[in-house]
Amino acid sequence: MPEKSDVWQGTLALMVLKTLNALGPLHGYGIARRIEQTSQNLLSINHGTLYPVLLKLEQEGSIDSEWGISDNNRKAKFYRITKSGKKELTAAEREWQRASDIMARFSALQGESS
Amino acid sequence: MKSLRRGWKRLLGSFSREKSNMSEELQSHIEMQTEDNVRAGMLPEEARRQARLKFGGLDSMKEYYRDQRGLPWLETTFADLRYAVRSLRKSPAFMIVAVLTLAIGIGATTAVFSVVDGVLIKALPYPDPDALVGVWHSAVIQGETFRNANQSASMYVTYLDNNRTFQEFGVWNNGASSVTGIGEPEQVRTFRVTYGVLRAFGVQPATGRWFSEADDSPGTPETVILMYGYWQRRFGGDSQILGRTVTVDSRPRPVIGVMPETFQLNGNPEIILPLRFDRGQLPPTFAYAGVARLKPNVTIAQANADLERMIPIWAEQFKMQRFASLGLRAAIRPLKEDVVGDIANVLWVLMGTIGIVLLIACANVANLMLVRADGRQQELAIRTALGAGRGRIARELLAGSLFLGALGGLGGLALAHAGLRVLVAIGPANLPRLSEITIDARVLAFAITISLASGLFFGVITVIKFARPRIATVLRGGERTASQSRDRHRSQSTLVVVQVALALVLLVGSGLMIRSFKALRSVHPGFSQPERVQTLRLAIPPAQVADAEAVTRMQKAILDKLAAIPGVASDGLIDGLPMDLGTQSSSPVSVEGQLDDGRLPAVRRVKFVSPGLFQTLGIPLIAGRDFTWNEIYVKSEVALVSDNFAKQNWGDARAALGKRIREGTGGPWREVIGVAGNVYDNGANQPPAFIVYWPARVQSASMGVPGYAPRSVAFAIRSDRTGTESFLKQIQEAVWSVNSNLPVAQVQTLNDVYEQSMRQTSFTLIMLAIAGAVALTLGIIGIYGVLSYAVSRREREIGIRLALGARQREVEAMFVKRGLMLASVGVGIGLVAAAGITRLLSSLLFGIGPLDPITYAAVPLVLVIAAAAASYLPARRAVRVDPAITLRHE
Repeated sequence: MPEKSDVWQGTLALMVLKTLNALGPLHGYGIARRIEQTSQNLLSINHGTLYPVLLKLEQEGSIDSEWGISDNNRKAKFYRITKSGKKELTAAEREWQRASDIMARFSALQGESS
Repeated sequence: MKSLRRGWKRLLGSFSREKSNMSEELQSHIEMQTEDNVRAGMLPEEARRQARLKFGGLDSMKEYYRDQRGLPWLETTFADLRYAVRSLRKSPAFMIVAVLTLAIGIGATTAVFSVVDGVLIKALPYPDPDALVGVWHSAVIQGETFRNANQSASMYVTYLDNNRTFQEFGVWNNGASSVTGIGEPEQVRTFRVTYGVLRAFGVQPATGRWFSEADDSPGTPETVILMYGYWQRRFGGDSQILGRTVTVDSRPRPVIGVMPETFQLNGNPEIILPLRFDRGQLPPTFAYAGVARLKPNVTIAQANADLERMIPIWAEQFKMQRFASLGLRAAIRPLKEDVVGDIANVLWVLMGTIGIVLLIACANVANLMLVRADGRQQELAIRTALGAGRGRIARELLAGSLFLGALGGLGGLALAHAGLRVLVAIGPANLPRLSEITIDARVLAFAITISLASGLFFGVITVIKFARPRIATVLRGGERTASQSRDRHRSQSTLVVVQVALALVLLVGSGLMIRSFKALRSVHPGFSQPERVQTLRLAIPPAQVADAEAVTRMQKAILDKLAAIPGVASDGLIDGLPMDLGTQSSSPVSVEGQLDDGRLPAVRRVKFVSPGLFQTLGIPLIAGRDFTWNEIYVKSEVALVSDNFAKQNWGDARAALGKRIREGTGGPWREVIGVAGNVYDNGANQPPAFIVYWPARVQSASMGVPGYAPRSVAFAIRSDRTGTESFLKQIQEAVWSVNSNLPVAQVQTLNDVYEQSMRQTSFTLIMLAIAGAVALTLGIIGIYGVLSYAVSRREREIGIRLALGARQREVEAMFVKRGLMLASVGVGIGLVAAAGITRLLSSLLFGIGPLDPITYAAVPLVLVIAAAAASYLPARRAVRVDPAITLRHE
């Protein structure tokens, strides 16, 4: 599984950061749900794959974690984006934006010729 | 950067124990999902199933998470180490013995290595030390080649003006001067240099300046540079020292510089004085050592060629053709050789010795490890049966021995730190570069390397032997119930044999040194009862007493005062005490009727003595008589010679009386009026010196040397009161009652001088003896250990034998025989090895050859007896076993 989902993980990491940045501290389940909701259920992930990504992001210092109590009174680990995580996110977003711009241009090109 | 940070976190993660949090987190995730599912209308059972499905493979996730969280290989290594340490802790006795043994071995080796490193290996502490050379000549005198021929002042001038290969060049010698005017008068060690010497060393003064050419020229103010230690001791590190004057030999000299603390020289001089040569009137003696810094890329061979080119120039310019018969040649060598001197041999022998001790220590620990691993066979077999790989078990065994090695290394370093002080304290007085002997990075690296290497050494032996336990045999309990095959003992026995062999080599070495030392001690040095002869050195500088005749009168006055002290039997003075290697001087001495063709006669030891000296030192007069004071006052041309000098030249002591000799090839002839007994002036391990004795008075000018009186002389006093405080105080008062500006220096008994001359031998002896004793002890412990172990493994067999009626003595003999067999094989191998290795000791031996039969007979005997005793103890224990009890065990 790790090998196969490497590319996926890259984008998943970005989604995690984006989610945490937008919504503040969340536990793992919350993050998974938010990602599903944001993608309007177009994206259905195995929730398990989320945890290696969280671990890696935490080891890299992009996010922080803390044990807390969830809305329905359950003990859960809450993740929070850090300053360097925000920087990371801005850079990655810009990267994505550029990539998708380029892709968009190519798509437009194709549209003309066909 | 990011990956670096991540790696660091993983490293930290390897040590933290937060694993449980992980499953808790995942658990809570699934619970939440389940709750949501229930809320969405699923039955609880189904809700949980769906939640798990949604999550994906929980266990594989946990595993992946665990791997990513830390560094798995590090964790297994730590687990191995933890396991090894835990199992070591379960047998503390084993661990203490092993660690102590190793600590002693590693500590001793490290201590000696730090001496070897500081003295022999480290580069000299001067900038670009490889370019520094000692400038020497070789000369042939009467067929004998001397490689340490000094230069004369005229050679210095020639080389300074004409050389093409020296960047800097200078000559120097050591001496002593009195410093007065600050506290009590004091005699200090001096380093006299021409201005090029400090430049060659290239070490800048801490404050002030080097000598310049001007300081070297007569007519300018005489200056002085202080060594750091003296500046600290005498001036408290006064920062305003520059320009202060110091009265050296009664002449005020302004201080122009202080050398830094790091600048150290052999002989520990305290002040540096300029050597001032008057080019119009150069002293003729070959009394100056040369030092040079070679120009970049100049080799020693090139420098030698350059020097040999200049020798004829010198002979031509200074009319020195008569020295042609000396066959002077250049013998330039790295300065390090001059600094280190002949101590290298002793140190390498010591290093080898200590290395052997370390090997024996390792063998002992290896043996312990084997025994222990043997006891763990069952455990290892079970682990293997449960699926532990061979690598895993090997790793754990290795981790345990490396851990032991590391502990031993730690203890060893502590020991080395302490031992180093002892070593330096008992080391030969002439041990050079003392201040450079420290435990530095290189020594530390050495200690770590040998600790790990030792750990690896006995670890690998154990691994080879035990990493693949024979599961079936062991688990069946075969090892417990059957006696062991011979093979099971083979590696232990081999180790014991090696230990005995190595111990034998060391014991033979120390045996040879003991025999040498005894032989040295039995040499009668030529003087008697040296412990009853008090000596002290007094120097009367020209600035205080200009007139040479007055010097003699002052010395006589002091002798009279000393003789008046209660309890003094006799006294006398001499410029160089017997066996005092630092104060001797030599000159060519002609015998009337020999070599009248103007060639240079043989160089002989020359000593100036006063009447009463021979009686005081206990040197017998074989023929003729002592000098009289009257002869000194009227300057009779008389002399005494040593017995061997008389025999060599005239065949017999009596025949020498009335014959005539003189110093060099000019000067007045002197009549031999007495023959004194031989004295081992160069040390008991050298043949007695050929000595001529001149009366201690103003000498007539000869060979271009103006008349002079010996100004720095040793006073010798024979008394039963030597060394007592009251006696020393009376001596000081007696001296100061004549001249209160004279520093009393080198207060020691003649016996101290005698002991000093033996110090190198006794040092080697002590070190070898300690090493030999440790080796013997470890070897014996090795034999004892192996046999006790064998006995304990064979208790059942012994029980059966005894039950079946074997006699106790037979059973005992069985074990003792085995011990003796091991010892004999070890002794045999050791003898062969010793015969090869002790040749290296040859230069340190005296009176015996390296194959001294007595040593070679006695040492194996001692070893075999010790081995027999070591085998008897476990054997006795074996037969004490009650057969009924042993057999009931099963």
